[in-house]
Amino acid sequence: MKITFPHLGNVYIAGKAFLEELGQEVIPPPRCSKKTLEIGTKYSPETMCLPFKINIGNYIESIEKGADTILITGSCGPCRFGYYSVLEQSILDDLGYDVEFIVFDPIYEGVKKLKNNICRALNVKSYRELIRAGNFGWKLIKKSDYLTHLSNEKRAYAVNSYLVDNIMESYYREVENTVGGKNMLKLMNEVENSLKAVKIDKNKKPIKIGIIGEIYTIIEPFVNLEIEKKLGHMGVIVEKSLTPTRWVEHHVSNFPFGSKEENEKYRLAKPYIPTLVGGHGRETVGSAIYYSKKGFDGVIQLLPLNCMPEIVAKSILPTIQKDYDIPVMTLVLDEMTGEAGYMTRLEAFVDLLERKREEKKNEKFLYGY
Amino acid sequence: MCKIGIPRGMFFYDYFPLWKEFFQELGIEIIVSSKTNKEILNLGISSCVDEACLPVKIFHGHVEYLKDKVDYIFIPRIMSIDRMEYCCPKVLGLPDMIRYSIGKLPPIIDTQINLRKSNNKYKKSIYDTGKLLGKDFWEIKKAYKKAEKSYERYIYLLNKGVVPIEAIKIYDKVFKDINYSSEHNELTIMVVGHSYSIYDEYLNMNLISKLMSNNIKVITPEMINKEKINRYSNKLPKRMFWTHGKRIVGSAFSLIEEQKIDGIIYLSSFGCGMDSVLVDLVERKAIKAEIPFTLLTLDEQTGEAGVNTRIEAFIDMMKWRNRDENNISAFR
Repeated sequence: MKITFPHLGNVYIAGKAFLEELGQEVIPPPRCSKKTLEIGTKYSPETMCLPFKINIGNYIESIEKGADTILITGSCGPCRFGYYSVLEQSILDDLGYDVEFIVFDPIYEGVKKLKNNICRALNVKSYRELIRAGNFGWKLIKKSDYLTHLSNEKRAYAVNSYLVDNIMESYYREVENTVGGKNMLKLMNEVENSLKAVKIDKNKKPIKIGIIGEIYTIIEPFVNLEIEKKLGHMGVIVEKSLTPTRWVEHHVSNFPFGSKEENEKYRLAKPYIPTLVGGHGRETVGSAIYYSKKGFDGVIQLLPLNCMPEIVAKSILPTIQKDYDIPVMTLVLDEMTGEAGYMTRLEAFVDLLERKREEKKNEKFLYGY
Repeated sequence: MCKIGIPRGMFFYDYFPLWKEFFQELGIEIIVSSKTNKEILNLGISSCVDEACLPVKIFHGHVEYLKDKVDYIFIPRIMSIDRMEYCCPKVLGLPDMIRYSIGKLPPIIDTQINLRKSNNKYKKSIYDTGKLLGKDFWEIKKAYKKAEKSYERYIYLLNKGVVPIEAIKIYDKVFKDINYSSEHNELTIMVVGHSYSIYDEYLNMNLISKLMSNNIKVITPEMINKEKINRYSNKLPKRMFWTHGKRIVGSAFSLIEEQKIDGIIYLSSFGCGMDSVLVDLVERKAIKAEIPFTLLTLDEQTGEAGVNTRIEAFIDMMKWRNRDENNISAFR
């Protein structure tokens, strides 16, 4: 059994190590590229959302490398993500690929089914082993998220921000050749040290932007055209409202209560959206308020074209912008998104935030009190 | 006497008889927005977010139209109408979208209907709605009972094969089968899609009456009874978690498998998230069963001439198929 799974930002690093700890053979898909998107767009239904298309591209690329089993999570919420597995399976069947799908549905869909799937996919010999590997995987997720976070922060402060890019690039290349959890952890520690050694300019006062919106577009750098990198080079600190760490904290380690931060976001969003709207629509509104309270300069909402929950959130964000006085920009992503236009909008937004900050500083001076 | 406005959009075509009877029994005047027209569409487009689908935009237009004419606007927050199932995310957030996109609104009655975990909450939502309008328990109970009866009559009509556009007009008058002359029809076509796109005559440019005037019997998902829908939608490899998705897929599957139709026209609106999944499921099934399938995607820029051409071509294709299928030369 050669396992593969779709990409979601840096999760593949932890996922690969976790499965290898359990003694499975893993073939992670090649990093998302134009080719992935092209394959995906060709075989997917036209009006499907972007993550689906990338998933299909990922599968086909890793099947060509030899994978025969696909692991994905499922859901039964109002978002169409819940039906991904069925459509993907029939598309791959039509193309003549003989692969097995293992879908982890939420626990209320049947405990037995979930348990069976876990046993099948993870080759569990004993539960102690599973818990040990699980804990180890969790550590890796936290670590790889921390590295991304650290690199984002360093990029904004660094004297030469391209140095950070170099380190991260060689880290990603190294990951592909690393086998086993221990080696992965060693690699990460090395990267952390070299990141910390990057020279920084402490006098800089970078703009702070929160990235909110749909989880896939926030986390996967290829889909959002590496927004963190682009903003980082402009001297902006970027914080993402959703990361794999936050997701696991909310849905797994604090099950069934949810993490403190996410619950706070629900509370903040309550006057605007009292109930769930599927996906992360409610969190998007909550995060926008959360970031404005934390003193961020602005927020950027990312969504794949025709994402249903985010459209609901988008129609509420202008009100948040007015009520909390925080600039919000929405970027819609799909396979047609051009880089130049995207860049222009980001630059304009950062300019606006800088000017706004300046105005605030000189406010008293200008108005004479 | 206070006036309640009911926008003619989204779930209007599913539940209007129920709502109308209920409010009228409570002695409240209801005002329904006029049929969708150019003006309403333009109002909707200018107030709604660009990314939303056409039915949601049109719904915004209807609310804009009503907002100066009434004291309340009734937009129930329909979250779930069946066990462990949901509605479209845009429907869940519809009252919020309206509230924050349109200015100077009268109060919105956004009763929450959430039957995902249990049916008990349903009664409470009804009483909450009635209480908002200052009625007492017994009045509400009596009104709802009457409303339910007329709603049952409406459902009965649909199952008899009356197209809902007609059924809304006649449900309290004489029972009359619109598809009565069905024996003389040459073709039976299923028009499948969401109720708010199939039955909005402006949005779909009178598709159903165009088909009917061509001597074609039309079947829509609402005409299939619930048991059949459940039975056939269970054939999917995964449980369908959208109630309306289940209705569309289940009804299409049942008609395909029972071979009761000559073709399927799927009416979808651009940007509909559910349809991107459902179209694929229905199309695959139709191709397997060798039933002609066509997809009409509608948005605010669709031209009527192009749609007409496609419908005509589709009908011609089916007629020729029925005539010539058995007469194809062995030399190919």
